[in-house]
Amino acid sequence: MSGAMNLLIGLAMGFSLVALASSRLPSVIRAAALQGMVLGMLPLLLEEKFHWLVVAVAIGTITVKGFIIPNLLRRALRAANIDREVEPLLGFVPSLLLGAAAIIGAAALGSELPLRPEHAKTLLVPGAFATVVCGFILLMARAKAISQVCGYLILENGIYLFGLLLINSTPLLVEAGILLDLTVAVFVIGIIVDRIQREFDTLDTRKLTSLRE
Amino acid sequence: MIAAADILLRLAAWLLVAPLLPGIINKVKAWVAGRRGPPVLQLYFDLAKLWRKGTVLSTAASPAHVIGPAAAWVALIGAALLLPVGPAGASLSFRGDALLFVYLLAFARFCIALAALDTGSAFEGMGVAREVSYAVLSEAALITALLTLCVQSDSVSLATMLAPSAGTGAALLAAGLFGVLLAENCRVPFDDPNTHLELTMIHEVMVLDHSGPTLAAILHGAALKLLLFAVLLAEAVLPLGKLTLPQAAGALIAAVFAVAVAVGLVESLLARLAFRRVPLLLTTAFLLCLFALLVAWKGGKP
Amino acid sequence: MKEIYLIALPLVFAGAAFAWPNERTRPRLLPVAGGLHALLALGLFLNPPSPAKDAWFGFDPLARAVLPMVSLLFLVCVIYGVAYLQIRAERKNRVFVTALLVMLGLLSLALQAQNLGLLWVAAEATTLVTVPLLHFNGTARAFEASWKYLLVGGTGIALSLLGSFCLGYASLHGGGNGDLTFTALVAQGASLTRPWLITAWVLLLAGYGTKMGLAPMHTWKPDAYGEAPGMVGALLAGGTTTMAFVAILRVKQVVDAAGGGAMTERTLLAFGLFSMLIAALFLLGTPDFKRMLAYSSVEHMGILTVGAALGGAGIAAALFHVWTNGLTKGALFLSAGNIRRAAGAQTEDKVAGMAWRSPASARIFVAGVLAVTACPPFGVFFSELKIILTTFQTNNLFTATVFLGCLLFAFFGMSRLVFAIVDGRPRAATRATGKQFRETPGVIVPPLLFLGLSLWLGLATPPLLRETWATAAKLLFPAP
Repeated sequence: MSGAMNLLIGLAMGFSLVALASSRLPSVIRAAALQGMVLGMLPLLLEEKFHWLVVAVAIGTITVKGFIIPNLLRRALRAANIDREVEPLLGFVPSLLLGAAAIIGAAALGSELPLRPEHAKTLLVPGAFATVVCGFILLMARAKAISQVCGYLILENGIYLFGLLLINSTPLLVEAGILLDLTVAVFVIGIIVDRIQREFDTLDTRKLTSLRE
Repeated sequence: MIAAADILLRLAAWLLVAPLLPGIINKVKAWVAGRRGPPVLQLYFDLAKLWRKGTVLSTAASPAHVIGPAAAWVALIGAALLLPVGPAGASLSFRGDALLFVYLLAFARFCIALAALDTGSAFEGMGVAREVSYAVLSEAALITALLTLCVQSDSVSLATMLAPSAGTGAALLAAGLFGVLLAENCRVPFDDPNTHLELTMIHEVMVLDHSGPTLAAILHGAALKLLLFAVLLAEAVLPLGKLTLPQAAGALIAAVFAVAVAVGLVESLLARLAFRRVPLLLTTAFLLCLFALLVAWKGGKP
Repeated sequence: MKEIYLIALPLVFAGAAFAWPNERTRPRLLPVAGGLHALLALGLFLNPPSPAKDAWFGFDPLARAVLPMVSLLFLVCVIYGVAYLQIRAERKNRVFVTALLVMLGLLSLALQAQNLGLLWVAAEATTLVTVPLLHFNGTARAFEASWKYLLVGGTGIALSLLGSFCLGYASLHGGGNGDLTFTALVAQGASLTRPWLITAWVLLLAGYGTKMGLAPMHTWKPDAYGEAPGMVGALLAGGTTTMAFVAILRVKQVVDAAGGGAMTERTLLAFGLFSMLIAALFLLGTPDFKRMLAYSSVEHMGILTVGAALGGAGIAAALFHVWTNGLTKGALFLSAGNIRRAAGAQTEDKVAGMAWRSPASARIFVAGVLAVTACPPFGVFFSELKIILTTFQTNNLFTATVFLGCLLFAFFGMSRLVFAIVDGRPRAATRATGKQFRETPGVIVPPLLFLGLSLWLGLATPPLLRETWATAAKLLFPAP
């Protein structure tokens, strides 16, 4: 059980690195979507017994993270007629190395933090921290709004991964929080992307520099 | 006496089998493209032809131009003798031979680069610059891969390192080593062995001025290096030490053949990468090996 | 359960505002909702209900100590808002009015939340609902500000969720049953697992600190305050930041109960002083008087944090400062909005002589700046004095020195800019736009009201309020 879980979490970490290394926006979006789907499957593995709530959560997560949000992003990409090239503020190789450093750091941190016996064998904690940091790097190291949104999504995925630790004790909270956050945040961001296109004719946030000291 | 015969036999095996690999790769490529392609033994014919030919030397060339390829060839043979062949073990094995293996490979590269620079052509200088700058990254990956095997087996001798499989991180290590293999042997997507378009060549640039026996040494050395990496990859992943002799021999031959086919498929299906993307791919290979190391380190302990 | 009306009432009005067909009369819903909310808050303040056990939200002493201020701030701001939306009749106000009312409801929820998760949900929703408010002007600059606000604020709020999870796991690992109400967490005390507790504190401080605008997570603030309408700035500076401060206080209570008091105090002190320092430095340089208010807000968030770091008496003083700062900022933001409109620009190279162009607003602005830089007899002076006295009592001379130095530089920076704007001859560009803007009572009385409230808090702090702050401080942070 924990072997399959660790495989999925490892895959999810791999997708964060793929997102960091991708030079085309669609593949960044795809990496974030695939990561969301992989994470959506995790609750099914976490629960020993088959519970309808868990299945609902899994299906909901996969739908939202794997289909709805990526489709919104793709639609924004098409509607705004954005150049598909990712414009890195920090090169691909340095971001990739930073991401790898994050994974190693998270693994080190994960072994420092005490865990309950049922979580001790899983990679949930290192996976969560690594994904959060990778998302953060993507958020800060890319110029285009869409890739920043993808970074935010990956950051969210990491938090969701961490939430799985608590899914037995405070399930509703974890789920409600994440879903509310995700749907609404990206919805708003989607609207904004729409606006940004009308205001700037481009999705390059480097042009958002009229406000400064 | 027996030891000497053993070494000679192995030497003969390495030298004779090596040119077969490029032949298999070319056959696979031809097969995928729907052509008949050159015969599998084409490289043997080429080598024989080159050996008979004379050498044309540039007036600017110094003896290094001839000595370089020869020294590289010898260094590669040395590396081959260090690498154990499945259950038969290596002809030379001592503590720390993994380091010597890496150094011999690096020395071979150095000799080829020196011979290329010796012509004084700016064009070859460019090729050398590309070759060695990629080598920085691919060597890092190779060393990390060997380090993974060290950690896995608690040993720094190739014979014991390669006997078991790479454990849970085997898939990562295999992918990383395969990337290193492609980069080190100048295959697609890093370099195109068929290209003669000056602006994109890497390896081919360095050997443009060689002819006759020296070119034969370089070509044979390249084939030998490919075989070396294929064997290394196969032994790192397969638990050959646990199998009986015939099983192990069969597995090794099948694995090397599979690697050759895989290289051929990659070359048929992928396009050559843009120059600026190459470091990214090499970094990926390095990271794959690094994560294999991490898995070996953390996962090895109960 | 009267306290639920504090949350439900604005939300009901928000629904009504969204459905309201008439653009011109819709803003009048705002003062009605604000007034009812303020009355309700006053009633609860005077007769606090006994907090229900295990409730997810309730009008506890901390909510009692800050919620009436937010309600009052909202009421005066929306009175201004009616006049403001009349002036800005060219912009559709459906979303704006709805979002304002939703924000009031969510703030009431967040300030009363007794559950870590509920607090987070309210804070997250507040972040989202602020975006349309910031984007009201619809300009490219407003867009840029809301984008940055969303990105930075969203990341902050994500971090605070991660922190909440860590705190939840600390409780679970320490033998808890997944009950995330603050009383349960405090009761669990030292059995919370230490490494998780520290991780949680770091993440929650970073997350809610971003919402609060502590340096170095304050980068959204100048942009947001610079581009938002004045009344939105006032609500952000007095309402949202207060919510984040209360969140930090509640988390600090849990961490302190688990024996992390020394750590929370050190980190809060460091963040507080750093924020004050950064704010003072930027105040010396900024040419934009609305962004100046943002840096002033960063400075005052630093002051609050320093107060919170000083323990019992410091927290009471910080709660006092929440009131004085919030209400004084109200006067500043509203008058700054007037000046901005009269001048058509907001940087010192384009604006001058506003004492002639918009005399009343300029005078209120000057008085407000004096008030916020702690000139007696305004309230800010007394609340900051209390914090300084606490630093002396706790022998924290280094803190006191940095604190006073930052206040001095902030004063230099703000007075420099303010007199550059108010004095001198009106610029040519200003003269052209100046004629369109008249200082009607609708836009002058609310900031004056704020100034009066600030003065009242300074000269005649009601004993009941003092007692409330002391009770809240004592209940949340019993003396060691």
